[in-house]
Amino acid sequence: MIRKLREALRHNFREYAMFFALIAIVAFFGIATNGILLATRNVTRLIYQNSYILILAVGMLMCILTGGNIDLSVGSVVALASAMSGLLASVLGWPIWLSIILAMLVGVLAGAWQGYWIAYIQIPAFIVTLAGMLVFRAINNIILQGETVGLPDAYKVIAARPVADFVGEINVGQFGLNGTSMLVGALAILIYIAVTLWNRRTKKAKGYEVMDQSLLILKMVLISLVIAFFTLWLSLDDGLPIILVIFGVLAGIYIFITNKTVLGRHLYALGGNAKAAELSGIKTKRILFLAYTNMGMLSAISGIVYAGRLNASSPIAGKGFELDAIAACFIGGASATGGVGTVMGAIIGGLIMGILNNGMSIMSVDVFWQDFTKGLVLLGAVAFDVMSKSKSSVK
Amino acid sequence: MAQHILEMKNITKIFPGVIALDKVNLQVEEGEIHALVGENGAGKSTLMNVLSGIYPFGDYEGDILYKGEICRFKNIRESEQKGIAIIHQELALSPYMTIAENIFIGNERQKNGVIDWDETNFQAAEIMEQIGIREKPSAVIRNIGVGKQQLVEIAKALAKKCELLILDEPTAALNDDDANHLLELLKKLNKEQHITCIIISHKLNEIAKVADRITIIRDGQVIETLENVPGGISESRIIKGMVGREMVDRFPKRESHIGDVAFEVKNWTVYDPLDDERIVIDDVSINIRKGEVVGLAGLMGAGRTEFAMSVFGKAYGKNISGTIIKDGEAIHLNNVSQAIDHGLAYVTEDRKNAGLVLIQDIRKNTSMANLKSLSNKGVVDDDKEIHIGKEYAEKLKTKCSSIFQKAGNLSGGNQQKVVLSKWLFAEPDVLLLDEPTRGIDVGAKYEIYNIINDMASDGKCVLVISSELTEILGVADRIYIMNEGKIVGEMPKEKATQENVMQCIIRSASN
Repeated sequence: MIRKLREALRHNFREYAMFFALIAIVAFFGIATNGILLATRNVTRLIYQNSYILILAVGMLMCILTGGNIDLSVGSVVALASAMSGLLASVLGWPIWLSIILAMLVGVLAGAWQGYWIAYIQIPAFIVTLAGMLVFRAINNIILQGETVGLPDAYKVIAARPVADFVGEINVGQFGLNGTSMLVGALAILIYIAVTLWNRRTKKAKGYEVMDQSLLILKMVLISLVIAFFTLWLSLDDGLPIILVIFGVLAGIYIFITNKTVLGRHLYALGGNAKAAELSGIKTKRILFLAYTNMGMLSAISGIVYAGRLNASSPIAGKGFELDAIAACFIGGASATGGVGTVMGAIIGGLIMGILNNGMSIMSVDVFWQDFTKGLVLLGAVAFDVMSKSKSSVK
Repeated sequence: MAQHILEMKNITKIFPGVIALDKVNLQVEEGEIHALVGENGAGKSTLMNVLSGIYPFGDYEGDILYKGEICRFKNIRESEQKGIAIIHQELALSPYMTIAENIFIGNERQKNGVIDWDETNFQAAEIMEQIGIREKPSAVIRNIGVGKQQLVEIAKALAKKCELLILDEPTAALNDDDANHLLELLKKLNKEQHITCIIISHKLNEIAKVADRITIIRDGQVIETLENVPGGISESRIIKGMVGREMVDRFPKRESHIGDVAFEVKNWTVYDPLDDERIVIDDVSINIRKGEVVGLAGLMGAGRTEFAMSVFGKAYGKNISGTIIKDGEAIHLNNVSQAIDHGLAYVTEDRKNAGLVLIQDIRKNTSMANLKSLSNKGVVDDDKEIHIGKEYAEKLKTKCSSIFQKAGNLSGGNQQKVVLSKWLFAEPDVLLLDEPTRGIDVGAKYEIYNIINDMASDGKCVLVISSELTEILGVADRIYIMNEGKIVGEMPKEKATQENVMQCIIRSASN
């Protein structure tokens, strides 16, 4: 089995490399911060701190997949959506659900606007989104008149509160565990195992190759353990953050789209070779347009979450988010020329950035050195990717 | 006998899977104009690329002797320093810079990195005067005609004090006046400045006019070197050398079962997408019967690819007019997916850049054009897809470790099979195959011909575009000949010979 494991690791080295890097970074900061990084409170805080960047990273990945196109305007759309929400909910006093939906609509429109210029007029994405970065930031400032607007508490619930514990606290010795999050964790493990086994059975029944049994069990045990520990940690603190549920659903949807749907295939084909894709009947312009429109929508969601976290709409909200989101994708193995990258990779990349931020803050490293380190990690990750690729292509 | 300025001895150059040059010997005398002729892909350009250092020393076998000295060029710069200049078919000018700047590009008139503009313009004017470019040195390249651009290329070579000038199809893009002017200029430079020239051309009448000697290359080998005669050597003598290979059994036999006309293109006219004035395809009409393989012959730049792509859902061109009739009904194809829905398939000549997603595996490349049939409400059935991938890899005998192998890691022949798999899986009725065997070895070619035969016996309409005449003669039931965007001839298999086809092209070119 060890031999098989080694074989599997070798074949999927690049996929697993980022995962190992994440574990290494967690271990490093875990030790360097005397365990503070992994304290239950800090784990919860990490989720609250990074959720909005992770949402952006998922959207950014879709853009990057289409051919290495990035979106520089996401930070400004984040601000625009949060300003819109603030204006409608606080200043005009509209219902919260309506102001959230309208803010998302504004995001979609901003994305579609950029998608139109990029896909149909064929202006380089870099230029269109640079323009968008300025324009949307300006609109945000006009709406807010350059001032910060406070938001109703409901926003805070979305961004920084756990799911209400309807199961009740479970007491184990001296620890009080959040029942709901334990239940959700247990369900997640059960569903995961059931789906994996069912997939394997249908595949086997149709006579297709399946993963080696011992490896599969190992994989299932490992993933179940990760979920279990994670749940336990959250249960020891406040419980399951609402934003984690939202993000989990979003991530699930986008993993499904990229892996299983025609749309996802078309995204990868477009980024892999736009000309071949077009000559195979793929409507490449529409795909490009959709990627940017989607980015606008996710930016708006991220903006609402961020506003909730600050409990305010601010004129400087989201500044620099685009760079974190782009870095997350590239650290997570996306190719700068498109066609390569996974949602899971972008999430891991985002987590690496988030843990670097958080870990260095705990160690009270100077902010300048934090950026210095993040910059080098980005360069190092991509350099590693490029070099391992050029090695494997010599064949 | 004049002295040899250049001797290339036993040059062998191998591309993966193909021997492009096979122990080629070429001798060029000082002060002559030496013509290099041969079919597309015979190895002329490859030989010149070896000479000019584009394929560096070590990439080929054999020796290059220039002025009696063995040369081992590592790059173009080194060959230029020796006085060898090459002018490629595609011009290497910077369109937004001036004539003077282009003449001295990479060879700037400068002192300590600072350009001496007075000297630049003065010297440029001098050279331009010499070769008759009547423009200001400050004119911008994109604003002058193609003919003058070609002359600027020559000026560039002269500015480098070249002694051996290589021209690859210099007149291909020129009209007759410009072409004549260029040829006269070559003769003048040759006589007055003793510049030795090697000229590659398809236009045999031009060669008969200017060349002193003619070397014929075929399949990477030198067939013969002819002396030109006063009044010009006869074209048929050259053609004989170019195509005179014996037909061995390179093509699998097929019994044709030809039905009614099932696909027809009528009065097809297409304009250049970048230049509204230029007609690329001029009133072309062709038809294909069920189960028939039709060949479309012509030289490079004849418009064959442009024709096929414009038919395939307007993937090329502008202001397209004409009708497409399939199974007796006129169809309108405005984009590629409509073309696929109507049962058309276009197999590109450029499989790496336009046919495959090289970073994806065989399975995904195979399903790409017909994912619809493998999906339900937009969700792809992976298992079915794997099944299809395997089925076609087996059917077409694609050599691969598994269908999860990346297309980029396959050999040329197997890549081509993946492209064909993709289009066969799209289940077309009409296949437009553009150079289906380009750059693949003889064995793989044979297998591709088998696949073409299978398509025909399945009752599909097949159009084969190829620059290799033997290939067209070997696979087609009927042949159209295209030149300069027009159909200039049509002949059934029985009547078609290489000489006939070549003559057809050359006759229309000289008109």
